[in-house]
Amino acid sequence: MHPVSLRQVGKTYRLGSVDVPALSDITLDIRQGAFTVLAGPSGSGKTTLLNLIGCIDTPDQGEITVAGHQVQSMPDDALSDFRARHIGFIFQNFNLIPVLSARENVEYPLVLAGVAASERHRRVQALLDAVGLSDRQHNLPAQLSGGQRQRVAIARALATAPRLVLADEPTANLDSHTGADIITLMRRLQREQDVSFVFSSHDPQVHAEADEIIFIRDGRITGIEAGRDTTRGQA
Amino acid sequence: MNTVSLALRNLLRNRRRSLTTLLAMVVGLVAILLFGGYRSNIIYGTQTGFVQQTGHLQIQRRGYFVDGGDNPTAYGIADYPRLLERIRQAPALAPMLVIATPTLQLGGIAGNFSAGVSRSVMATGLIPEDRNRMMQWNDLGVVSYAQPLPLAGAAEDTVVVGTGVARKLQLCALLDAADCQPAAAPTVLDGAALPDDIAALSLLEKAGPTAPPGNRIEMLAATARGAPNVASLNVIKASNMGIKALDDMYMAMHLAQAQRLIFGTGTPQVTAILVQLKHTAQIPPAREVLSRLLAEHFQDADLEILDFDTLNPIYRQTNEFMDSMFGFIALLIGVIVLFTIGNTMSTAVVERTTEIGTLRAMGLRRAGIRRLFVCEALLLGIAGSVLGVLGALLIAYAINHSGWSWTPPGYSYAYLILVRVGEDLPLLLGSVTGMLAVTLLSAWWPARRAARLVIVDALRHA
Repeated sequence: MHPVSLRQVGKTYRLGSVDVPALSDITLDIRQGAFTVLAGPSGSGKTTLLNLIGCIDTPDQGEITVAGHQVQSMPDDALSDFRARHIGFIFQNFNLIPVLSARENVEYPLVLAGVAASERHRRVQALLDAVGLSDRQHNLPAQLSGGQRQRVAIARALATAPRLVLADEPTANLDSHTGADIITLMRRLQREQDVSFVFSSHDPQVHAEADEIIFIRDGRITGIEAGRDTTRGQA
Repeated sequence: MNTVSLALRNLLRNRRRSLTTLLAMVVGLVAILLFGGYRSNIIYGTQTGFVQQTGHLQIQRRGYFVDGGDNPTAYGIADYPRLLERIRQAPALAPMLVIATPTLQLGGIAGNFSAGVSRSVMATGLIPEDRNRMMQWNDLGVVSYAQPLPLAGAAEDTVVVGTGVARKLQLCALLDAADCQPAAAPTVLDGAALPDDIAALSLLEKAGPTAPPGNRIEMLAATARGAPNVASLNVIKASNMGIKALDDMYMAMHLAQAQRLIFGTGTPQVTAILVQLKHTAQIPPAREVLSRLLAEHFQDADLEILDFDTLNPIYRQTNEFMDSMFGFIALLIGVIVLFTIGNTMSTAVVERTTEIGTLRAMGLRRAGIRRLFVCEALLLGIAGSVLGVLGALLIAYAINHSGWSWTPPGYSYAYLILVRVGEDLPLLLGSVTGMLAVTLLSAWWPARRAARLVIVDALRHA
């Protein structure tokens, strides 16, 4: 079963009195356990597509199935609970909770999911070890470097062992060396935990690691290719 | 990690803003509590004074309170010994009763004929021992200004007058010298121009009337039959009654003396039976018992029961005035606190929009976001309440021990300025509850706005 399936999905934003189509007629399946990249120029609809897959936005048309559940008509609370259980998020600006330590940031999704304290402790420790931040676990985000913050964000996204992790430009605010490290880390964890990663990214380093690249332009899919060569398929 | 812990950390994130908000709440609560404590002291003090003087309830002939003040004979209760006995022996009343005592109000003219002065007085015939017991009532624990009547154990012709009466009657021996204008001395004749025997006679004539024998006065009143009656009375004390109008009219005398003055050798009557209870809150059940008693045994006497609130309209007016002032001040402070906290929470929502989007994306429900912001406001409210109460108690202690005093309008002596904060639990609980309610109310709208943010818009927020 595909972790994500979209059928004829469309999304239009209204700017003043003008309707601006962001996505049109998107039909797509994301492969289980794959490293999938949404590629395209700015304004092409990558982030809108990622938001729809992540159940933080709703489509105007079509059907979206995530982890076997049709999500487009779910009530808000049910959708919140669904995200807490099935989807992890990694943001361009890390979006860590500034008043929580690295450890607490990783633990927070488990609190939301209602995981018992002992189990939380075990999982958080394992994830901090996996991202190499055990020695910084009590630091606040402000006391961490950009790369370290993104590692905490990766650990947080994986805390509830979701079926799907969505990453919006995860390396955009990192230098190329740190970005490469982060990609390597995500790739390793993705393989170890057999979780599906979906990125929106301009970063050639991300594209180079992709199992699948979905090219988007003007709100439409223009091509789907196996990864490695980021320039192919782009107009 | 829970909502409270997260809320607390968020408050500490911007310490200066939280501190400013907290300060506004503390100052607001301190102001409310201090004024509330001052109001309580005035209301409780006024209530205590009236209950000491008039009791909680009075049984009078119907219409006496409204129309009979200057006509005691028309509204006398002749069968009062039996009524008193019934009241004192009523089993349902006994646990509530402090004392039941008769009184006779009369008006008359008091004269110091040796000084050639007189004035109208309102006299109260009473049983001094009973009145002194009533003066001890202080269920509300206020500073009582009541002085025991020195009539207890004194001869039946002794009376106590207000200092205003004493001054008018030139009873200077009972007053401070500066407070009294003695009668003008007769013209001293020039002995040198007169024959020796005439001058000596003149001096002898002068010495007689200007040296009054003690403080004796005469009281002229109309008897039940309309004839004038005079009693010779011995003024043993001039008491400051607090209110000048009362001070200029007041006289207290033994009940038997007052009854002799009005009823002569006829059947003695009283104008009211004063009933003092242990607690003011017992008025309704006590009134019920008394109503039953009157209905069963004194149906033909046409009696009514009046409470101290009705008997002393100024008490209700004082209450209403103080309540309206307290309400106005509390409302003003409440609005200021409401907007201060609302502004703080609204700013926090704007500053943390991306964070709200992140929490919602991670799966926190809208209610969770609402709870988080309301919890932050509640923590501020609790801290502000604790500090506000402590601050108010501290300032109240300082005020109560400062010895500050003032003379209220129409009063003839100064009262200590006191605030009852710690002693007034309803005021404390009410003010703190009000403050917490205002806090929650002010947080509700920003919290609701935060919870309703569109996730993708919140995440895009710079």
